[in-house]
Amino acid sequence: MELLIASIMTMMTAATPLVFAATGELVSEKSGVLNLGVEGMMLIGAVFGFAAVTLTGTPLAGLLVGSLSGLLAALIFAVLTLTLLSNQVATGLALTIFGTGLSALVGLDYVGETIVQIRAVHLPVLSDLPIVGRLLFGHDPLVYLAIVILGLSGWFLKHTRWGMILRAVGDSDGSAHAIGYPVIAIRYAAVAFGGAMAGLGGAYLSLVYTPLWAENMTAGRGWIALALVVFASWRPSRVLLGAILFGGITILQLNAQAAGFGIPGAFMSMLPYIATIVVLVLISRDPIRIRLNAPACLGRPFRAER
Amino acid sequence: MTPQPLLQLQNIRKAFPGCLANDDIDLEVTPGEIHALLGENGAGKSTLVKIIYGALRPDQGQIRWRGDAVEIPNPAAARTLGIGMVFQHFSLFESMTTLENVALALPPQNLGELRVHLEQTARDYGLALQPDRHVYDLSMGERQRIEIVRCLLQNPSLLILDEPTSVLTPQETETLFATLGTLAREGRSILYISHKLEEVRMLCDRATILRGGRRVDDCIPAKETAHSLAEKMIGRRVESPPGHSASASSEIRLQVSDLSVQSDQPHGTDIAGVSFSVHAGEILGIAGIAGNGQIELMSALSGETGSPRAGSIQMLATEVSTLAPMARRRLGAVFVPEERIGQAAVSDLNLVQNSFLTSADRMGFVSHGLVDWAGVERYAGEILTRFDVKAAGTAALANSLSGGNLQKFIVGREILQQPQLLVVSQPTWGVDAGAAAAIHEQIQQLVSAGAGALVISQDLDEIFALCDRIAVISQGSLSPPRPTAKITTQEVGLLMGASREQPQEISHAGA
Repeated sequence: MELLIASIMTMMTAATPLVFAATGELVSEKSGVLNLGVEGMMLIGAVFGFAAVTLTGTPLAGLLVGSLSGLLAALIFAVLTLTLLSNQVATGLALTIFGTGLSALVGLDYVGETIVQIRAVHLPVLSDLPIVGRLLFGHDPLVYLAIVILGLSGWFLKHTRWGMILRAVGDSDGSAHAIGYPVIAIRYAAVAFGGAMAGLGGAYLSLVYTPLWAENMTAGRGWIALALVVFASWRPSRVLLGAILFGGITILQLNAQAAGFGIPGAFMSMLPYIATIVVLVLISRDPIRIRLNAPACLGRPFRAER
Repeated sequence: MTPQPLLQLQNIRKAFPGCLANDDIDLEVTPGEIHALLGENGAGKSTLVKIIYGALRPDQGQIRWRGDAVEIPNPAAARTLGIGMVFQHFSLFESMTTLENVALALPPQNLGELRVHLEQTARDYGLALQPDRHVYDLSMGERQRIEIVRCLLQNPSLLILDEPTSVLTPQETETLFATLGTLAREGRSILYISHKLEEVRMLCDRATILRGGRRVDDCIPAKETAHSLAEKMIGRRVESPPGHSASASSEIRLQVSDLSVQSDQPHGTDIAGVSFSVHAGEILGIAGIAGNGQIELMSALSGETGSPRAGSIQMLATEVSTLAPMARRRLGAVFVPEERIGQAAVSDLNLVQNSFLTSADRMGFVSHGLVDWAGVERYAGEILTRFDVKAAGTAALANSLSGGNLQKFIVGREILQQPQLLVVSQPTWGVDAGAAAAIHEQIQQLVSAGAGALVISQDLDEIFALCDRIAVISQGSLSPPRPTAKITTQEVGLLMGASREQPQEISHAGA
């Protein structure tokens, strides 16, 4: 029982960085911009966030600096793709390579350092309830923040006017421009949000999940976040489901490795990645739904006629 | 004394790289008038209305609104002045609902109140709308109604309509004209762009004619004939196509039996139990409102989608339902799909390369795996001269051509291959009268030489002018083909509209 509860708790922490990064990418893609630089932005967020905590000693500063650095990285991408109309796929890949290199360079001094940790907030009564207390109220605050941001983003896209405009820009940039919406400005905002979220997801990894800095520590989570968005056919609830599934299998295979089933560790480490994608592909395989939810202008550069 | 004009354009000039789209154009629209803007493709009509609507800025010239000089820097400014526009290629968002689409074009407001307001306006002008349907699910007529209601909710003094009837059934067109009449009586002005000259004669009070970016004439359409209007637009005499001389032989070129296809489009229309045949020396027309299974039928015939769910397709006496598009072409069939860019032509390839794409096999441009580019270039050159395609030579990119010219090129590319069977969808969509006549003439020549042709079109004038027999596709079923002489426009219109539009109208009337 104790093991089960502990597993579920760690599962949520494993899912949280994905929820952050995927939420950001979802919003960015809904506006029609495909940013393949998520992995790079997460690494940048992870290293700068870690550095900030080491320097200031306050975890909050780490989270702020982490998301801000992700946002700045995303703005580089936005200038290149939205203003200078470079190819989004190639620029996104370049951003990941840039982020990997930059974070390794900045992180040289921080390898092996330890930092102040963010702990679960203890709520009187609620957190002390048996089982439920820990499962529902025993996480660190960022787990809740991630879920709240995902929920708010979904609500924003569906129910607010600006969310509607953002979807409209992703659905038909030409029509949105013809009606008179600032397509490029809206996409800048969406990409910036995506970057901030990826940075926050990265900072969560280095500040809470591990918590330490190691080169290339995201280990492909940025790519999984990207895949989550697409295979969840741009629906927030499925993004959450996919992230939790990924977290769950990550913990499961770690426990299985520890128990020693004689299966090589490399194979076990592959499991979460494969299983998440397979499951999401299976539940979202209706091609008509995918086409309806997919932003029709995804990845297409837009230049206003004047 | 003439009333103060609502809108005055003076010496409007707009140049794009390589082309002067508007050259010193003057235009005047008075309150309550329906004013036609006529011209061939590329005459500068769309550019001019985009300038009025603030989507483009003129290089030179002045716009006066109710007598005052104004700047219209963007569409929002145009809407504030009271200018509304219904686009030819609708500016709707397909994955969103009718209500959301309307809300996006209006200042922020409560969606609940907007819904009431929307339903009220739709009722007042006799435009049936359902606020919660997604746009991808709607017919072209319904989409246009959204655009019109969206404009009307802004209470415009000037409504611009760009080719509004090209996608409508005759009945839908009548409804539209009644609505426009009401609007004009309310004192609103309408700027009306159309290629359909009979319509313009019936509907419009005045007309301004553009040719090659210049204003060439003003006239009162009711005092002209369709023929004289066409001559003013083109600037020379037009001959109506003589019709083809062949009579249908007993030889069957295309035999479709009991064909059923499942659509692969979101909310596409499955087709079921479709049977017809096309003989050598005849043109069979399939009329119908867009979205009733034409796309599915076309892709089943061309081989773009895999094997059909049931039924058979025989082309030139060979069963082809499992054959790939190229294999069907090798038999002697050619296809002109509806989408020019992306389906019929590759936008970023030049005309030589685009010629090669469908002609490689039939014209023998490949030997030992090597391409005879000199041969392809001659072939592309021949298309340009024979079909009077206006392009900057064979090295021009496909997307640099205007819609009408690209269509002439695509049809020419297929016809020059001397096929035994031509299957063409919307051959003159968005093409001006002169070019349409040229395309019709080429199809008829091909059929006179013994080929069979299937023409799928929404344009009833075209179907009646061109075809020997007519069938109507509606909700995926095909009516039995009837000889053109034995069916009227009204009958075809009813067959087109009956099953899809009518029940909704009735349910609205009953509610």
